[in-house]
Amino acid sequence: MVPFFLYVAVFLLLPVGVLAVEAFRATDPVAFTESWSTGSIRAITGGAYRRAYLGSLRLSLITAVLGAVLGLALAVAVLSARRGRLLRRLVLTASGVAANFGGIPLAFAFLATIGNAGVITALLQNTFGLGLGGFSLYSMAGLALVYLYFMIPLMVLTITPALEALRPQWREAADNLGASGWQYWRYVGGPVLAPPVIGATMLLFATAFAAYATAKALVGSSVPLVTLQIADALSSNVVVGSENLGKALALGMVVLIGVVMAFYAWVQRRTQRWLS
Amino acid sequence: MTAATGLGTVTGAGSVESARPVRTGSRGARGWRWAVLVVLGLYFVVPIAASVWFTVRDRGRGGLTARYYTGIPGAEGFADAFTRSVLLAVLTVLFSLLLMVPTVVLVNLRLPRLRTTVELLTLLPLVLPPIALVVGVRSVLAWAPDYFLNTPLAEAFFALQEPALPWILVLVYVVLALPFVYRALDAGLRGIDLRTLTEAARNLGASWPRVLVSVVLPVLRTSVLNAAFLTFALVMGEYTIAVILGFVPFPTWIVQSSGSQPQLSVSVSVLSLAITWGLLLLISALDRRRAGKDLA
Repeated sequence: MVPFFLYVAVFLLLPVGVLAVEAFRATDPVAFTESWSTGSIRAITGGAYRRAYLGSLRLSLITAVLGAVLGLALAVAVLSARRGRLLRRLVLTASGVAANFGGIPLAFAFLATIGNAGVITALLQNTFGLGLGGFSLYSMAGLALVYLYFMIPLMVLTITPALEALRPQWREAADNLGASGWQYWRYVGGPVLAPPVIGATMLLFATAFAAYATAKALVGSSVPLVTLQIADALSSNVVVGSENLGKALALGMVVLIGVVMAFYAWVQRRTQRWLS
Repeated sequence: MTAATGLGTVTGAGSVESARPVRTGSRGARGWRWAVLVVLGLYFVVPIAASVWFTVRDRGRGGLTARYYTGIPGAEGFADAFTRSVLLAVLTVLFSLLLMVPTVVLVNLRLPRLRTTVELLTLLPLVLPPIALVVGVRSVLAWAPDYFLNTPLAEAFFALQEPALPWILVLVYVVLALPFVYRALDAGLRGIDLRTLTEAARNLGASWPRVLVSVVLPVLRTSVLNAAFLTFALVMGEYTIAVILGFVPFPTWIVQSSGSQPQLSVSVSVLSLAITWGLLLLISALDRRRAGKDLA
């Protein structure tokens, strides 16, 4: 067990701990001496950085809720399909690919589809004389559309075990007692599924919040997102102390995710009680 | 629901995967199901189909061309970046298995009270933003020139950051792969009475390393395959960590080359998605065949 704990301590906990300490350091722009300071932390709560946090939170919230609803619908539809073995295997493996390994390839697939030179863009313009109706891939809405491409599969993957744990006998018992379909979902299926669905939505939120590759490949840094701001702060050689700003921004992300996860842990405890 | 299917589900009550867990409802319910499948199916298929069209259409002469696919191996920088990624992926797979197989076995056999802690730690990388992790890693690496200059430790830090084969990426990727590896291995052990198997082996005089190699690994082979594959794909697609630390593996190369050759980057993307999916399907088929054999 020692190697495992040592490994996690050095390569997971140490970097995060260092982040928490060094976010409170500042480099003097003239003398290059270091000192303790809350300057970086104060800087990230205002101006462009505040906008970036809000942008990230808003995008994550919208895509998490949409992804959860659509993913749940897809999972139910696939699981309940008649003779759906093949369909199920195709959807689950495709979900595995899109949810975990999409990143950069997805961004390029969407660029080729509805980017400036995209196939669908050209089709709409040349054949029908229409544009995309003011929609731009290089915006918040465009990012949300691409994010959903990995969020919906992630929801399908996370929620499928919970759906499979819904015992058919519960439905039969409800039917025998004369419950309607709506009543079954309102009083039996819904309450049992609610904790895992909320948990999965949290996971979706965290994933969207942390996403960097897709956004970077699609929009560069023209959209206010905190991950893009961190990368900018780190790559900037012009401003002294921007490295510390990057650390402060990253620490902010960890804290926000921590709050979300505390809620998630509380939900999980309730889930265990239901499904064990 | 008919009596026959009712009986079928009663016998399968305890199983994780029943034949038809969510019941097939009325005609109206079937309608919305089709709507969901068709609309979302289009959403998922159209970008891939459009990407394929984008890469096989010949802009200059009209007609079709395969040159954006045949041109991949010869593209500038591709061979370097791709072999680097494959090497990183293989090393990450080996390291994670070396670290996690003994850990998972120990947790299951000897130290069940550590299970919650280990589970929690392995799930952490799933929610911790990789960009936050890498900012921390960068800060630690910066200690070498700042504090340890001219010590063996600094030399070690610099050796980790060799651009040709950045070992530091392997070490961080092992962390990123923890959730997948742990869960794949743990799921593989769950359905097996490992205690009986290992005790039998020990009684017959096998040493612990021998038990690991001749008993545990064969029992876990699909899980190990699964974990290895997930890790491999994760490394082949990882961008954030590599770009922030300033290395150029495969995904970073795709982004770099997109400016000059958009078709090429799209064709590479399509290929990598397709190959990953194909391999995943293959593994799931193997998994199913084995499950069928074990039941029979």
